[in-house]
Amino acid sequence: MDLHFGDSKPTDDERAAVDALLGPPESSWEGAARDEMRAADLRWARGGRAARDRRDLLLPGLHAINDRVGWISEGALDYLCRRLTVPPAEAYGVATFYAMFSVKPRPATVLHVCTDLACAAAGASGLCAEVEARLGPGSGVSVERSPCLGLCERAPAALAVKAGDPVRTAVAAPATVEAAVLVARAPDSAPEEPPAAMAVPQAGDPALTLLRRVGVADPASLDDYRAHGGYTALRRAFDLGPAGVIREVTDSGLVGRGGAAFPTGRKWQATASQPDHPHYLVCNADESEPGTFKDRVIMEGDPYALVEAMTVAAYATGAHQGYLYLRGEYPRAVQRMRHAIEQARARGLLGDDVLGQGYAFDIEIRRGAGAYICGEETALFNSIEGYRGEPRSKPPFPVEKGLFGKPTVENNVETLVNVLPILTMGAPAYAATGTERSTGPKLFCVSGSVARPGVYELPFGTTLGELLELAGVRDGLRAVLLGGAAGGFVRPDETDIPLTFEGTREAGTTLGSGVVMAFDSTVPLPRLLLRIAEFFRDESCGQCVPCRVGTVRQEEALHRIAERTGAAAADDIALLREVGRAMRDASICGLGQTAWNAVESAIDRLGAYE
Amino acid sequence: MTVTPLGIPRRLLEFTLDGQEARVPEGSTILDACRAAGKDVPTLCEGDTLTPKNACRVCVVEVEGSRTLVPACSRRAEPGMEVRTDTERARHSRRIVLELLASSVDMSTTPGFAKWVKEYEAKPDRFGPDAARLDEEPRVDNDLYVRDYGKCILCYKCVDACGDQWQNTFAISVTGRGFDARIAVEHDAPLTDSACVYCGNCIEVCPTGALSFKSEFDMRAAGTWNESAQTETTTVCAYCGVGCNLTLHVQDNEIVKVTSPHDNPVTHGNLCIKGRFGYQHVQNRG
Repeated sequence: MDLHFGDSKPTDDERAAVDALLGPPESSWEGAARDEMRAADLRWARGGRAARDRRDLLLPGLHAINDRVGWISEGALDYLCRRLTVPPAEAYGVATFYAMFSVKPRPATVLHVCTDLACAAAGASGLCAEVEARLGPGSGVSVERSPCLGLCERAPAALAVKAGDPVRTAVAAPATVEAAVLVARAPDSAPEEPPAAMAVPQAGDPALTLLRRVGVADPASLDDYRAHGGYTALRRAFDLGPAGVIREVTDSGLVGRGGAAFPTGRKWQATASQPDHPHYLVCNADESEPGTFKDRVIMEGDPYALVEAMTVAAYATGAHQGYLYLRGEYPRAVQRMRHAIEQARARGLLGDDVLGQGYAFDIEIRRGAGAYICGEETALFNSIEGYRGEPRSKPPFPVEKGLFGKPTVENNVETLVNVLPILTMGAPAYAATGTERSTGPKLFCVSGSVARPGVYELPFGTTLGELLELAGVRDGLRAVLLGGAAGGFVRPDETDIPLTFEGTREAGTTLGSGVVMAFDSTVPLPRLLLRIAEFFRDESCGQCVPCRVGTVRQEEALHRIAERTGAAAADDIALLREVGRAMRDASICGLGQTAWNAVESAIDRLGAYE
Repeated sequence: MTVTPLGIPRRLLEFTLDGQEARVPEGSTILDACRAAGKDVPTLCEGDTLTPKNACRVCVVEVEGSRTLVPACSRRAEPGMEVRTDTERARHSRRIVLELLASSVDMSTTPGFAKWVKEYEAKPDRFGPDAARLDEEPRVDNDLYVRDYGKCILCYKCVDACGDQWQNTFAISVTGRGFDARIAVEHDAPLTDSACVYCGNCIEVCPTGALSFKSEFDMRAAGTWNESAQTETTTVCAYCGVGCNLTLHVQDNEIVKVTSPHDNPVTHGNLCIKGRFGYQHVQNRG
């Protein structure tokens, strides 16, 4: 490898930010000042493989600089590259991949104003325009239009990030112009966010399984978690042994809750039986599907449950290192999870000897930086490893070659926390909930035109109508979006669809990640479809042609017909169908394959342009 | 003498290709099998000296039991697989990919592309006159080669050749995301400020002419580039003792570009700056 650096030097701040993460440089080979250069530096080239093995610290390093300064300068990037022996061109490719990083100077404070579906329906475009007018050039704030911030129950939402040491964040949701300007100008004095339990209308209901501790147990207290049944599942796991745990999970019928509905037991078994070592556990908390916020509520409201569930999963699959990949737009979840992991470590529930059982396991948090595609399992591996978050081609599958090329089990947050009741109740009792082919409880993220938006826990098989009624659906319902931007619309008269994987499939739609977004007629449907198309265009990684160019052509066609109906729209709808079919058939990953779903369903089921 | 390594003998596996029995060595891709059977499957991002990236998706085929189409260039043939290369579904995706590319990128110097457009009846114009295009100006920042990213289909071949697959220089990377993704050096600087060693191995693998010799670029601009009038002579590089094969492309008794045979066991198509660009002394007729 031929490393070549420019003449740009890091500022003291940038250097300090990187050194705080990596420690001071040991020699001038990795960026120490020349006057500190000792004679030994001239005799041995440091770096090589040992330094390259730290490539996975590139993303945390970029975060460190961005958090401290607000953007990533040439000098800062070069210094980070020197420290990690990463070619600057590659690091530049990584830094420009993520929406939350900037390689151009910008103000220290960035206000992310969500303009995605739920917020758009709640008037985000007007809000955004006014906030932009108030926080113009010279205000010290850069206003950026953002995809879904996962605060849909409190739409419209805005997130302020003020770079510094430490970085400060504040949320305004529901945001007024005043509130948004306040959090942007002074994140420190912004009113505190309401507790996570406010997002759970059923909070406190003793019938709950997954959400039973949210709003009941103190999310900061490990003792409180244990007093409410915490760590009984892990004890039972140690009694059962790894094979026993996998048997229970398989028997429970648990399938992945991230959207793909793959049987969890089968995934665990496939990973556990791989001869190659080490095995890794990755928890996918990069919840970025527009309209989804259940994982955030779990992490903010019951963080220890995820720590315990990850420990169980790792024990069952023979992993000793776990990564929690948490989306960058969730500062409070990061803070809660970090605290929970530290507490668990201090109390011997993580570390070399978990619960005195001689089993070693620890969890590292990795923050995403604004890329929907990183929720795709293999893109997430690349992101952790310090590469651009582009999906890999499968096969090989992660159970065989995943993170760092090793057997890896990757599960969504909700999937993992389901393991706890499976172990405490036993597989048969767990499988008795729900339907035969969709077992257990399911979390639904209800937002939009409802009186009580939030996360609802219901057994699989509840109908869409029952859920909407529970959430207090408002009059004048025009459409319901199931599964988020990658999901599909259904009509208001289709409320008898059973909310199960098989039920939604039979009805020709999808459950996806559990998004249920209700829309009335206040926002024109073509406007929503355009927002979905913009989302996919923005979030396409650009690797394959059908998705990279197809999402652009889809958006252009939807623009053309935004005000048209009937015969005037027919040609473009035919074009959309052809492009959509190729995206679905020929894209590398799920993003491109589903980018046309919602638009197609709106045309076919809702008659959006008739 | 050229020594061709034979390698370990590989077992043959059998699968069905368009209804015919196909027998290929283990480890072969579907594309290998197609080529052995004389089937014409279009490819752009596939390169004979590189690991398939399967980014362009123009080689997709149907495999029984697969929900989506699969890229022939990278999917390995498996025993019992049923592959169909010429179905309406596969042809549809190929046509759309050709249309998407031609409507956004200048494909005028991509060998074979016009033929595929005709064969698949692709109509790139149907996205309308306002369809977004790359519209990049050619970057002429050194005397050796030109980067015209208006012709770039983002096949990743130059990045792979510059990086860990051949040159290990890592001077370029894909930057940005989605439609705005581009190949660039760090900070999008001129090539002269980068780690580039001007080996030109990226030009060797570029399938669209986005990367080209300055000599070729200038002659095309002047309208004097005439491939049919060129001769190709393969010789041995005179600079050092490695013995790289050079193929000299000569037009009007002037060397206009230098390549290397991809099947040459010394170079695999790769050269260094001297072999690739250091030919002026040959033409110094004083």
